[in-house]
Amino acid sequence: MKIAVLLKQTPDTETKIKIKSDASGVDETDIKWIINTYDEYAVEEALRLKEAVGTGEVVIVTAGIKRAVESMRQALAMGADRGILIDTEGLTLDSYTAAVILAKVLPNEKFDIVLAGKQAVDDDCVQVAHGVATLLDWPCVWPIEHIELSGDKKSVMVVRPVSGGTKEVFEVGLPTILCCDKGEHDPRYASLPGIMKAKTKPIQELKAADLLAGETPKVKWVNFSLPPDRQAGKILKGEPEQVCAELVKLLREEAKVI
Amino acid sequence: MVKRNGPFSASFLWEPVGTWDLFIPEELNPEQKELAKLARDFIKNEVEPLREKIEGKLEPSIVPRLLKKAGELGLLMAEIPEAYGGLGLNKITATVIAENATGWTSFMVPLMCHTGISTLPILYYGTEEQKKKYLPKLATGEFLGAYALTEAGSGSDALAAKTKATLSPDKKYYVLNGEKQFITNGGFADVFTVFAKVDGEQFTAFIIEKTFPGVSCGKEEKKMGIHGSSTVPLILQDCKVPVENVLGEVGKGHRIAFNVLNIGRWKLGAACMGGSKRIMEYSSKYLKERQQFKKPLADFQAMREKLANDNIRTYLLESVIYAYASALDNACAAIEIDKSSPDYYKVVMKKVKGLNIEASITKVYGSESSDIVSDDAVQMYGGYGYIQDYPPEQFYRDNRINRIFEGTNEINRLLIPDTLMRRALKGSIDLMGEIQKVLAGLKDGYPKTDSAKPLAPWIDQLESLKRLAIYFCGVAAQKYMEKLREKQSLVLLMADLVIEVYAIECGLQRALKIRKIKGEEASKLAELMTIAYISEKIPEMIARTRQGLFNVAEGNDQEFASYEKALNRIIQPQLAPTESLKETIAARVLEKEGYVV
Repeated sequence: MKIAVLLKQTPDTETKIKIKSDASGVDETDIKWIINTYDEYAVEEALRLKEAVGTGEVVIVTAGIKRAVESMRQALAMGADRGILIDTEGLTLDSYTAAVILAKVLPNEKFDIVLAGKQAVDDDCVQVAHGVATLLDWPCVWPIEHIELSGDKKSVMVVRPVSGGTKEVFEVGLPTILCCDKGEHDPRYASLPGIMKAKTKPIQELKAADLLAGETPKVKWVNFSLPPDRQAGKILKGEPEQVCAELVKLLREEAKVI
Repeated sequence: MVKRNGPFSASFLWEPVGTWDLFIPEELNPEQKELAKLARDFIKNEVEPLREKIEGKLEPSIVPRLLKKAGELGLLMAEIPEAYGGLGLNKITATVIAENATGWTSFMVPLMCHTGISTLPILYYGTEEQKKKYLPKLATGEFLGAYALTEAGSGSDALAAKTKATLSPDKKYYVLNGEKQFITNGGFADVFTVFAKVDGEQFTAFIIEKTFPGVSCGKEEKKMGIHGSSTVPLILQDCKVPVENVLGEVGKGHRIAFNVLNIGRWKLGAACMGGSKRIMEYSSKYLKERQQFKKPLADFQAMREKLANDNIRTYLLESVIYAYASALDNACAAIEIDKSSPDYYKVVMKKVKGLNIEASITKVYGSESSDIVSDDAVQMYGGYGYIQDYPPEQFYRDNRINRIFEGTNEINRLLIPDTLMRRALKGSIDLMGEIQKVLAGLKDGYPKTDSAKPLAPWIDQLESLKRLAIYFCGVAAQKYMEKLREKQSLVLLMADLVIEVYAIECGLQRALKIRKIKGEEASKLAELMTIAYISEKIPEMIARTRQGLFNVAEGNDQEFASYEKALNRIIQPQLAPTESLKETIAARVLEKEGYVV
């Protein structure tokens, strides 16, 4: 069983985001970088699938700059076997171009299953995995909270939550791309021996520019701004009837939410 | 020429700034950073959520279970060699784990006790068979460890222990009788390093398993703090210990007792450093949230100054701890004997001994730093600081023991001048020569640092403080000779001078090194912190030394006049605008919401 995990390095969700003074992007100086939260669930599921089969390989595939290697090593410390870094130094990718380069790399490796997080917690675009699936013409299920390999190892059974608590169950042929939600398993810790072993696991480097073959981003970032500071709350006083009327009025006219 | 890494035998006291290279935490590698994250995540996700149960001892099985879980993640095996199921990592890496295994919990006490004083005696003094038998199990947490030295009548005076060991007639085992007291982890430990006197005379260490006949534990002590840790008496009643479980040699147990404490000290300092950082994360956030007089507490300078002081002190402590860890690593790396040789650890222990002044400093400076920081936190929280629902209350209470266990701070301070004097008498250091140099300078003046060098005036301040420390040691030693030991208040002052020299040296050298490897912008805060500390600390040390010299003069005005003249020649304080420096520092702490360099 050969499994890939598409892993993105994102800012820690507790990071206080600052915008560069010229509004051209996010100021990265004080950011603590982590594995995208949902990708970490994907790593956990990949390791569990490999453990269930007993043999195979889990490969971490990342499109990003050199800094991302640190997060890839974390996944290797959790137990993944090797990594492929598609170096994007000097390039600005959008979801489309990211999907293009990943779709160039994945078929060469003949993966059975490609796992990804259901979205990246930085731009929340929810597009790359779908893009790769479209370009490769592979089935894709989004989001999933449970995966099980069939007895003949030729398909997987996945569970997808839909609104109202209903679950959809799919049987999907391989190869496929599956996008992991927070599922039933917490990501394991990278243990101390795991961390030391990860140092020597191989990470192959490819150049994104060589894979783009003339494709260019379809989206351009024009401007960045932070949401306005939260205003101090208002406490309404008076009789319940009056307060309710006032509240509805404020929600409609000031907050403009109803 | 390659610079020597770290001082040896307190050589920092006379060697000019820049003689030796200093490892700084800015040089930690990615694996070490990831280990830090593992330790932090473990405490945050697995331990802190159970805090109330741990501290209330609501389920006695929680702490041993968490220790075993830490073992599964490898957090207990770092320092154990690979040959015995560990990873054989160095002291810098062990420091990273120790400082990050801290949080709003007393769990680090059982953790440090296990990996430190419980595991290390077997590693350093055990026979091959003992190591093979116990270390792999201690590495995974299958066995949990404890260390039993103290007795009701012998605390600091450990060698006065009354527990007795008698060899059986068939010479196959020793029979131990006695009671050990205040045994951390005692309630659940599987294996104890116990000290007893063979035939009531020869102080000896034994490895005792809980399952040996005649081993039992008494009631849990009700302590002021660290409620999550088990502290019980260990009762030995005709306890049969096989002769192969004698640790080290019969009659040489004192070496194990003292050297193991010696090496445990820096780890206690590391935990105090981590604890200080954790509590600063709480206090800095609280200052921004809590409103009084319609503005956040952070808008009041009195609060910002405390925060700046905490950051400065923790910066110096962090510099000291990593300096010690790397000095020991480097000393061990230079050992030419193969690690598998039975003599290897004998040489390691010599290296440890060579650094025991520095080890005492890490313990004293560490436990007193976290006292300052946790006391400030209680004050910043005001009334809430006194309430158990908020973190400062526990940090404050839990920290108090750090000045007492693993050798009280008084014992550790007394050790510093004592070791210096003993080495001087033995001739392994030329303290007399250094005193002569300082005395000669009284006439001829002292060299000054090239003013073009960064931080030149502050380097000069440190060099002057070194001379003052040496001068004071010289005066006190000459006046009282062998009676100096009885003059404990003078000896404690000598120790404080040495401690401050080391702390300032580490902070100053670190600032210079950050500037060298990362540039002026990156080193700015480290420089401001060092300057602010020197500006406040050196006048304090001068005043205390002046009083000390006055006491040495014993009412002889002429004698004091000559001391004072010398003091004024040796050092004149340099002041800095600490108010504005601290404002800059506090602003950065508030922005980062935690300790910052």
